[in-house]
Amino acid sequence: METFLFTLFGGLALASAFVVVTARNPVASALFLLVTLAALAALFVLLDAQFIAVLQVIVYIGAILVLFLFVIMLLNLGYAYRPDVRPLPWRLVAGGVGLALVIQLAIAVQPARSLREAAGTTGPEALVALQQAKGVVGAVAEPLFSDYLVPFELTSILLLVGIVGALLLAKRRLD
Amino acid sequence: MLTESLLLSAFLFTIGVAGVLLRRNAIIIFMCIEIMLNAVNLAFIALSRYVGIEGQIFVFFVMVVAAAEAAVGLAIIIAIFRHYESVDIQNFNLLRW
Repeated sequence: METFLFTLFGGLALASAFVVVTARNPVASALFLLVTLAALAALFVLLDAQFIAVLQVIVYIGAILVLFLFVIMLLNLGYAYRPDVRPLPWRLVAGGVGLALVIQLAIAVQPARSLREAAGTTGPEALVALQQAKGVVGAVAEPLFSDYLVPFELTSILLLVGIVGALLLAKRRLD
Repeated sequence: MLTESLLLSAFLFTIGVAGVLLRRNAIIIFMCIEIMLNAVNLAFIALSRYVGIEGQIFVFFVMVVAAAEAAVGLAIIIAIFRHYESVDIQNFNLLRW
């Protein structure tokens, strides 16, 4: 059952990511990006990261993707769009780079097999036990508010800078 | 499921890279960057099952950075659109050599 669901959502994520790249209409791209993100959220649940899956739905689909759609709407890009896929030389470059990257990453994945075999004691069971002991949110929250407190607080500064920067860039020039 | 997840993550990342190279619409290039970030998140989550909960915490930080990056990036796109009436990246080639 898990393998079936993994194949289903993994295939869905790959197929819709492909459509994001090839769709001509930016709105269609954004909506297929939604399918990709939702399928990845389902994969996160399968991989014992329920909290991250919920965050994915709230932050990525609820905030970032809506921001994308909002900008597309604001700039009126939903229709009368010009085809923007680059000509053949660029497609060959993209295909070549993509092929090289896939081969390289597939080779890089090989050590993961030995990692899984070596894991033995700290396999998925250890993570599940931790989540059962502290709760799905608590397992993430406890290190976040102790060992990673300083980076966590720094993200608030990052978000503040992001808000100010976005406002400054997007506001109309008054001069 | 570790190897399968990492392979899926590799394919998603590659689709994102190919999209950045293929498209000229700045908004779609941004979407491809989001796909790449999500591919990395998937790799983190898959490995966190074996290495420890830290992978999920890192994904949390990646999401924060992605949110800030999307807000600033889309604001830049709006500013560029005001200037050129277009989001085609062929129009802004000032830094090109």
